[in-house]
Amino acid sequence: MAVVTRGFGGRRPEPEHEIPPGQFVTDDFPVLSAGPTPNVDESRWELTVRTETGEGTSWSWEQLMALPAEDVETDIHCVTHWSKLGTTWRGVSLDTLLADVETSAEFVMARSYGGYTTNLPLQDLLDGQAWVAFEFEGEPLDPVHGGPARLLVPHLYFWKSAKWLRGLDLMDDEDLGFWEQNGYHAYGDPWLEQRYA
Amino acid sequence: MTTHDAPVHDRPTLDGSALAGLLSEVYAFDATLAVVRCASCGHTDVFARATVYLTAMGAVVRCATCTAVLLVVVERPDGPRVSASGAAWVQAPGG
Repeated sequence: MAVVTRGFGGRRPEPEHEIPPGQFVTDDFPVLSAGPTPNVDESRWELTVRTETGEGTSWSWEQLMALPAEDVETDIHCVTHWSKLGTTWRGVSLDTLLADVETSAEFVMARSYGGYTTNLPLQDLLDGQAWVAFEFEGEPLDPVHGGPARLLVPHLYFWKSAKWLRGLDLMDDEDLGFWEQNGYHAYGDPWLEQRYA
Repeated sequence: MTTHDAPVHDRPTLDGSALAGLLSEVYAFDATLAVVRCASCGHTDVFARATVYLTAMGAVVRCATCTAVLLVVVERPDGPRVSASGAAWVQAPGG
């Protein structure tokens, strides 16, 4: 995750502020939805982590809110070439959520309300690299941006930060998510321009 | 999709007619007049009546009845890739 020094409202990159190759900076927050926006009420929201043995651990919204949350300031990079600098989020670290989960899995399939999926290596969700985010710029996360809660994995292209997160399936072997099955890169490192498989 | 409420404030979607230009690169016939059977619910209709989400990552065509994905078109640098894994079958329009 890049550390951001904010300039005049963070509108323009400072000269030393690097962005990945092929990206341009935008102040907007474009919406990219491949389907209807799910209306997930917090009273019905649930996040389930399921290990490779099938054992599941679930959190209700109330239980998620009771966990220690972190403020995150980070740049985000979409595979469609826009980058947004100095975005601020609040969420629960995946280190916290996975702390008591026994697993030897190496891969994860993130699953969303609405059916969206995306795959990631488990190690990319640990060590302060990923969160279940529920606030953006100090406000509850809008449904069009993935509210009530989305995955936030800012060091990878933003399609990996699954909106409307409902589950994480831990897997021994890599499987491909929605866009990855359709020709996008299995990992998606913006600094290596891993856009397509 | 397992939620029970209506979707909230989506941007306007398009109908399958939006596919005409895109799929004309792939199929010689007018693909919007091809008939597709949804592998999820069995609904059978012409592509022109499906629901299309045109995104910067690709076009996602969904069944107008159950919203399952019928077809995805990704315009890769090496050419458009079409996945029809959500379609039980596609029938070209008759002559």
